[in-house]
Amino acid sequence: MTQDLPLLSVRRLGKSYGARTGCRDVSFDIHAGEVLAVVGESGSGKSTLLNVLSTQLAPTTGEIHYRMRDGVMRDVFALSDAERRFLLRTDWGFVHQDPAQGLRMTVSAGANVGERLMAVGQRHYGHIRHTAVDWLGRVEIDAGRIDDAPRSFSGGMRQRLQIARNLVTHPRLVFMDEPTGGLDVSVQARLLDLLRGLVADLGLSVVIVTHDLAVARLLSHRIMVMRHGTVIETGLTDQVLDDPREPYTQLLVSSVLQV
Amino acid sequence: MAANPAPALALEAVGKTFTMHLQGGLRLPVVHGVTVRVLPGECVVLGGPSGAGKSSLLKIAYGNYRCDEGHVLVREPDEIVDVATAEPRRIIRLRRTTIGYVSQFLRVIPRVPALDVVIQAAVEQGFVPDDAATRARTLLARLNVPERLWTLPPATFSGGEQQRVNIARGFVADHPILLLDEPTASLDARNRAAVVDLIREKKDRGVAILGIFHDEDVRDRVADRIVDVTRFASAA
Ligand SMILES: Nc1ncnc2c1ncn2[C@@H]1O[C@H](COP(=O)(O)OP(=O)(O)O)[C@@H](O)[C@H]1O
Ligand SMILES: [Mg+2]
Repeated sequence: MTQDLPLLSVRRLGKSYGARTGCRDVSFDIHAGEVLAVVGESGSGKSTLLNVLSTQLAPTTGEIHYRMRDGVMRDVFALSDAERRFLLRTDWGFVHQDPAQGLRMTVSAGANVGERLMAVGQRHYGHIRHTAVDWLGRVEIDAGRIDDAPRSFSGGMRQRLQIARNLVTHPRLVFMDEPTGGLDVSVQARLLDLLRGLVADLGLSVVIVTHDLAVARLLSHRIMVMRHGTVIETGLTDQVLDDPREPYTQLLVSSVLQV
Repeated sequence: MAANPAPALALEAVGKTFTMHLQGGLRLPVVHGVTVRVLPGECVVLGGPSGAGKSSLLKIAYGNYRCDEGHVLVREPDEIVDVATAEPRRIIRLRRTTIGYVSQFLRVIPRVPALDVVIQAAVEQGFVPDDAATRARTLLARLNVPERLWTLPPATFSGGEQQRVNIARGFVADHPILLLDEPTASLDARNRAAVVDLIREKKDRGVAILGIFHDEDVRDRVADRIVDVTRFASAA
């Protein structure tokens, strides 16, 4: 039954900053296991949308409903504090472009991963450490680095650590804001490959904001193209990229070498 | 065979026009009123010169290009799905369970070895990893892809090698419908023969095939019917 209900349902969502529009009239559903890429040039409203979706910004208009683990669709802005905490700490993840925003740079890699577990009530030190080692392995970080702080890590490693920190609680929905943004091309390829595997293995639902159409092509099932705060085209990823309909989408697609 | 077997795949009055907004909204009508039905076990070949719209029709059938006019009806065990109007996630499910597609060129995914490319395609259709691996190895061997290449990502392979990985990926699962866009174009005689055998085996197992084959010899050996796409040229 709940299989047919979306995990996230967004209707006529809008956010304005005074007279300026962040995003306007955005509607979509995401089902379990679906990856939605939000593309568009910078300033098109992608990050605003992501911040509203993840309840870090209050919307000016519209509604967001989320299917809680009991199968009931709930208005995310009408949850109790405890329920909201559960979403932010456990059932959702948020991967920032800059790992420093999503990590605690001065505590160890192991603590960065373990912290999310402790936040959901795990207390057994041995168990937490064991899980942390396991997750460092899954994101291809040598277990020998568990006691090092991410300050000493390369950009790619930091990003992989941020991903481990997010996924350790088995979230069902993960928001990603340009996760491959500031990285070298070869580091990007490795991270993308890792993300692709994790998303498929864990059956994650993801909303990923990216201006890189190759990232969207590789990771997402569906694309939403944004311009000036509104969604101008949406559909199956390869259809939108190979047979773009809107002038702006055609311009975006034609501006890259080959995706 | 029953008197009136139902097609596995039916293009009904399909039409396609590209609008090129970067060229001042230039309209490029490609085809109009295309009706092609493919029965289980049948191989229908799209014919016509380059640019006639053959590849576009396969892409429309796969949901890769939008269907501007008409319907693309795909038969599944308990429903008929219209690719022209189906939700993206329905199309993704169709691709997993029902429609396989061998594109003209392999789109390589960075870092993924050839063998895994093929295994993943079988796993997606629900084969357990062991069976998927066995099937993938068998196919790569039949297509004469040297075993030393299996663990390498295909990015550095020759055109013919990439195409054989692409064919293995398209044939490894048991899709009841296969769309083949010039699968033998860059292959030598030995590998063309291997592909002909694979296609015939699929047909024997009731797979409906819609394909494009320029090689006349290959075409004669697999085609049940040829549909000339120029018949459906849009009046420009
Ligand atoms: N994505 C696209 N955007 C614009 N025009 C396209 C696109 N794909 C194909 N076309 C055009 O459609 C026509 C038919 O092409 P195609 O289907 O590849 O023909 P064929 O496979 O018969 O050679 C050609 O004029 C081609 O340039
Ligand atoms: Mg062609």
